[in-house]
Amino acid sequence: MLQEIKIIKHNGKQFITDPTKAEVPAPFRGRTEISSLKVDENALVSCCPLNAISANPVRINLAKCNFCGECAFRFPEKITFTNDHKISTNKLENLIISEGEKKNIELDQTLIDPKIKTVFGKSLKLRQVSAGGDNSCEFELNACGNANFDMGRYGIEFVASPRYADGVVVTGPISENMAEALKTTWEAIPSPKLFILCGVDAISGGIFADSAALERSILKDVKIDLYIPGNPPHPLTIINGLLKLTR
Amino acid sequence: MVSENKKYCIIQNCKSIETDLIPVLNYADFSKEIIELLTLNENHCVTYFAFPQDDGLKFIAAIANDSTQNIFILSHFLPKNVEQELASLTPQINALHIFEREIHENFGVGFPGHPWLKPVRFAHNRADTNLKINDYPFYSIESNELHEVGVGPVHAGIIEPGHFRFICNGENVLHLEIQLGWQHRGVEQTLLDKQTLLQRNIVAESVAGDTTVGHSLAFAGIMESLAGIETATQLDIERSIALELERIAVHTADISALCTDVAYNLGASIFGILRTAIINQTQAWCGNRLGKGMIRTGGTHYPLTNQLKSQILQTLDKYEKQFVELAHLTYRLPSVENRFDDIGTVTEQQMRKIGAVGMVARMANIPRDVRKSHPSKAFVKHPYTPIVLPKGDVFSRFLLRRKEIKQSIFWIREVLKNEEFVHPSPKPVSDIALKPGRLAVSLVEGWRGEICHTAVTGKNGELVYYKIKDPSFHNWKALELSLRNLEISDFPINNKSYNLSYCGFDL
Ligand code: SF4
Repeated sequence: MLQEIKIIKHNGKQFITDPTKAEVPAPFRGRTEISSLKVDENALVSCCPLNAISANPVRINLAKCNFCGECAFRFPEKITFTNDHKISTNKLENLIISEGEKKNIELDQTLIDPKIKTVFGKSLKLRQVSAGGDNSCEFELNACGNANFDMGRYGIEFVASPRYADGVVVTGPISENMAEALKTTWEAIPSPKLFILCGVDAISGGIFADSAALERSILKDVKIDLYIPGNPPHPLTIINGLLKLTR
Repeated sequence: MVSENKKYCIIQNCKSIETDLIPVLNYADFSKEIIELLTLNENHCVTYFAFPQDDGLKFIAAIANDSTQNIFILSHFLPKNVEQELASLTPQINALHIFEREIHENFGVGFPGHPWLKPVRFAHNRADTNLKINDYPFYSIESNELHEVGVGPVHAGIIEPGHFRFICNGENVLHLEIQLGWQHRGVEQTLLDKQTLLQRNIVAESVAGDTTVGHSLAFAGIMESLAGIETATQLDIERSIALELERIAVHTADISALCTDVAYNLGASIFGILRTAIINQTQAWCGNRLGKGMIRTGGTHYPLTNQLKSQILQTLDKYEKQFVELAHLTYRLPSVENRFDDIGTVTEQQMRKIGAVGMVARMANIPRDVRKSHPSKAFVKHPYTPIVLPKGDVFSRFLLRRKEIKQSIFWIREVLKNEEFVHPSPKPVSDIALKPGRLAVSLVEGWRGEICHTAVTGKNGELVYYKIKDPSFHNWKALELSLRNLEISDFPINNKSYNLSYCGFDL
């Protein structure tokens, strides 16, 4: 017992006091900023391995970006990655960053059903389905609940059955082999419910977008409540996104 | 180099060879050589696959020798216009079961004599697409006393999907069969389809996110060898430090997860916190907690500086102090020992039969470790001594992690103490020309075990085939064997004690 108390003491205070204010140090790659400097736009567009960059004006679509940083290495004066991790949103357009623009990525509160805030504002239970994920987003979703990030303090937790879940968090590009299981899980969740895409693979297919092994048709039939970009998203991106959606 | 009997080629890790030099054997000779080589304990099959070539299928088997750093490459060709059947080698060499299953699934080649010729992962480009993932032919026993328990594909937590089918007699498990493939997203095909080096690098980073460094390192090694890029030892040292940090991080997380499963909350929380310290160190180095972006071909965007070096040393000092204090207590707790000891035991003989690699081999008395047997430059300069435990139970797997963490810290410290990072490693290359008509094999000891990437180039230096083998490809069988005659309630601790990869297997 004494030994255990000693251990706790030696480890000190580890939890992040306020995840809404916490910062992630560089070289973390968060929200990108594009300066107005003129560069060879063709070269810039073609350096991106995920076709996330478009020209005239230069734009980066964070729904497709896997934060590899290549564009910033090649064009450091044009593209920078800030350490702003609050990049989750409920509107795809908000993930398109244009040159010369420096603004935070927000959620469009008018798109959120008021019921969501009243029903899930104090307690949100989520079901996680990995559909072809590479276990990195899953890794960070798990981390959200650990002693450092302690998402449980907000009443947000992952649960073991869709029957008592309030929503689903999908990771991975949605493999054909998981398409049916994802659909069954979604249907088993009682309404009102949330559909959340976590990570670039889930949002756009990521590097696998053109793979014939995917079956993403479910996305046509559901309203997506939250997009959490990143490869994988940082736990703070996940937590802040969920908080802004539900409170 | 061609072997004395002219039956196969001999290469080393990350060295390439002209494909024309590899003798193409008829199947009788091919089988005979493979069986002869694999009958020796010091050899094991690191990969065996087929790919379409001209008017038929080319078969490549790579067998590694654990004591000489040699890798034997054998080849066979099966023309399209003959019967697509080859006598199975699995009855003699059990470890080949999964490779033959994969070839059968992908190309429809029959393997008469194979005792378990079932689908592997229901790949989208499999030969028989009429067979769906929900039609997997589970083994079953007709009996009034026995019942079956099916779990998955979606599990009760944030875990990847897989289906576990238990045949039980009361609480006792007689048989467990694991069906995978749910995560199949076409990794190998995507890697071939993508044309730029960086795109392929990103695919390699996505084989298994918890082994980002391991798999991307195997990729970089193979590209460098096929392009003839000689990288400096310093670069390999930097990469290998990242590899060991990945090992320390995931091992710590697994110890934490095992503590959770025996309701030891102090261990669950604090080992978790210690894991955070290590992945945050990786993030401070390359901007990503899992090391995405860290490994690139020919160089790095994130050279190890002397400043980073002292930061890593500090992180490890702090980590180690707390880890040792907590482990000292945890590993002696009667409640922990009692729950893990003598549970889910597998024998050395079983593990040799299934061709176990990495941790799963070392916890069952098999000294198999790429860092020692097929070392890259960093491990040649700074040798690593593998840890081997004799017993093969959950406790061994729990203990091996603790010991490997210590050993990795020791290794990193030795390296950092003796190396200066004054001149930063070069930037990555953006484009490379691969040498035409060659084959290369790259082995890396990831935290789970031996990762093997194999690539073949065509006449114009284009990539014609890329094969990825995660250690889990061999090791899932070990979990099935562990469960025999155990109570079904012992499944979770066994499963966690292995922590095998779904996405790395499903590809
Ligand atoms: S960081 Fe994003 S936008 Fe830039 S090159 Fe990588 S994927 Fe493309």
